Amino acid sequence: MTAPLLEIRDLHASVGGKEILRGLDLTIQPGEVHALMGPNGSGKSTLANVLAGREGYDVTRGEVRYDGEDLLGMAPELRARRGIFLAFQYPVEIRGITNGFFLRAALNAVRTARGEDEIDAFDFLELVKDKMKSIEMDPKFLDRSVNEGFSGGEKKRNEILQMALLEPRLAVLDETDSGLDIDALRIVANGVNGLRSEQRAVLAITHYARLLEYLVPDYTHVLLDGRIVKSGDKALALELEERGYGWIEQEVQGPGAPA
Amino acid sequence: MSSKQDIDELAQREYKWGFVSPIEGDTLPPGLDEGVIRTISAKKSEPDWLLDWRLRAYRRWITMREEDARWANVKFPPIDYQAISYYSAPKAKPKLESLDEVDPELLATFDKLGIPLTEQKMLSGVAVDAVFDSVSVATTYKAKLAELGIIFCPFSEAGQEHPDLVREYLGSVVPYSDNFYATLNSAVFTDGSFVYIPPGVRCPMELSTYFRINEANTGQFERTLIVAAPGSYVSYLEGCTAPMRDENQLHAAVVELVALDDAQIKYSTVQNWYPGDKNGKGGIYNFVTKRGRCKGTNSKISWTQVETGSAITWKYPSCILQGDGSVGEFYSVAVTNNYQQADTGTKMIHLGRDTKSTIISKGIAAGHGQQSYRGLVEIHQKAANARNYSQCDSLLIGDECGAHTFPYIDVRNTSATLEHEATTSKLSEDQLFYLQQRGIDMENAVSMLVSGFCKQVFRELPMEFAVEASKLLAVTLEGSVG
Repeated sequence: MTAPLLEIRDLHASVGGKEILRGLDLTIQPGEVHALMGPNGSGKSTLANVLAGREGYDVTRGEVRYDGEDLLGMAPELRARRGIFLAFQYPVEIRGITNGFFLRAALNAVRTARGEDEIDAFDFLELVKDKMKSIEMDPKFLDRSVNEGFSGGEKKRNEILQMALLEPRLAVLDETDSGLDIDALRIVANGVNGLRSEQRAVLAITHYARLLEYLVPDYTHVLLDGRIVKSGDKALALELEERGYGWIEQEVQGPGAPA
Repeated sequence: MSSKQDIDELAQREYKWGFVSPIEGDTLPPGLDEGVIRTISAKKSEPDWLLDWRLRAYRRWITMREEDARWANVKFPPIDYQAISYYSAPKAKPKLESLDEVDPELLATFDKLGIPLTEQKMLSGVAVDAVFDSVSVATTYKAKLAELGIIFCPFSEAGQEHPDLVREYLGSVVPYSDNFYATLNSAVFTDGSFVYIPPGVRCPMELSTYFRINEANTGQFERTLIVAAPGSYVSYLEGCTAPMRDENQLHAAVVELVALDDAQIKYSTVQNWYPGDKNGKGGIYNFVTKRGRCKGTNSKISWTQVETGSAITWKYPSCILQGDGSVGEFYSVAVTNNYQQADTGTKMIHLGRDTKSTIISKGIAAGHGQQSYRGLVEIHQKAANARNYSQCDSLLIGDECGAHTFPYIDVRNTSATLEHEATTSKLSEDQLFYLQQRGIDMENAVSMLVSGFCKQVFRELPMEFAVEASKLLAVTLEGSVG
């Protein structure tokens, strides 16, 4: 068995003094796709932000190892350069920086960290246009300010474009499917599928099983109150879609517990 | 957090233009009286009318009070004008025929500043006049420009060689009685650049003056005059640095621009005077009067400024839109970090019909910096169909700095159209994190965000200076985020 790409042990994390994650364990091997589901407030986005190293998310206990190294001590940009990519739930708009300039700066930061040469403007343009074509995105989005005035779907597509360019080893999708129509969902899922390989892994955080029809997970986990309380395969996702989370809550708390 | 450590280290980085050159100076003792003015005038072999003009200014100045110029939103202790030396020149041969005769130490100084004066090393397409303390030390490409009839020379030389032009336009935009600092400058100004573009000539290269204060306890009082004859065009750039010193030094310059019929002047400034240390000790007081007169019909004057240095900046590059159909523009980026203060903006005075002005001001305050935009749009009675668009944006980095906006509008003609937009925002943690999550480090992320904020102004700068300005901004803001 290969070494895990991501290993989370007994992770506790709080936001603004409030404990959100309460002893989360999760191991992801290279090549795997994991779906993380759970009701609102269960800690899904907190996990995504802790993995990316966002300020204000304080880890109070536990450890996270990425590719055998302690992840929590790394600055956010180092994590990104080592191959952790977070597709944001709400990508920010940045006025005055063109998408093309931003994408090239990001790609060159990551390439430099990987010991590769920086890509020049012409090669970059060829590469990015090719990637845009595969996710049906108009090249005019290169000249617009980052995410500024993009529709919800366009912003999500832009996230997938960044992922396709940066070729991360671990892609964390934070509700990337929310607010997408079925065509956009298919395109986004295709983008992620295009990246799947023996070396890479995906952690897809989602509310709905819809995405998982296109992006078939190897494992499905249910997050409840900051802990993973149930794990299964794709079938679990479908069951959750059908039955909601109530039955799991009862199963966890045992019969007779207050509703 | 490791990024915080990086930032702290960067914050300790010093002002890299802060060195002093070991050049023997010919410096007048501190103090100011009519004798000093006569001495300065004599050293420059000036004609009598110019000495008279200086003396008139001086006699006016001693009746003026500095307090009257203190309406700006800046704080500083009283200045002892008798403790300043009003003339300092590197000791050199009396007249330089070529660059070979320039003191090698001086050339080395400008080289160190990134302003190589030897023409073969120059950025192609930029002619430079270098002013060291009170005198111009070198002007490049002079001969080449002369073939087109363009005059680009030290001000002191212009007084002797082109007296008619200087006499006609000196003080025609900023009269010697204008304000406390401009009047002082009119009395004691020592050098600067003079530019004349003949009718119909498009100046083929950027003209540039580089100002350097070296001596301690001296003030720099340069004067620049640019005249664009009908149908001509010129793009001019000034840059400035000074050594790091614990005392504040005064820089009170005057710039006058005159654009005749269909002429265009584009004036860009990248100001990087020593800003003082991180506790607010030392630094340059940059009290400057800059004004352009669009004298001819359909003439145009654009000011673009990037103000990153100085302990205090007090300047309002303005346009008098006298000719019908004339256009005035003001694009400004001003940054204050640590204890820097800036009160800057513009005046657009619409006199002619169908005149148009645009004001884009971007203020960035970090550390304990204080930042004020002050602007006046004045539409006179005869200025039918005048238009103005003003946009003032402020960006705050951290929570101990301040941004203020003082827009004044005075409209005397009902056909005028004015628009004003203003915003104030904080540097967004979300945007920073987004960039970092894509592998871009904190320092670059801040500089990208700030550049984005300033983009409307940077794109007005000549290409190579836009890059320079962007870098300078990053240096100024180092250590402001953590």
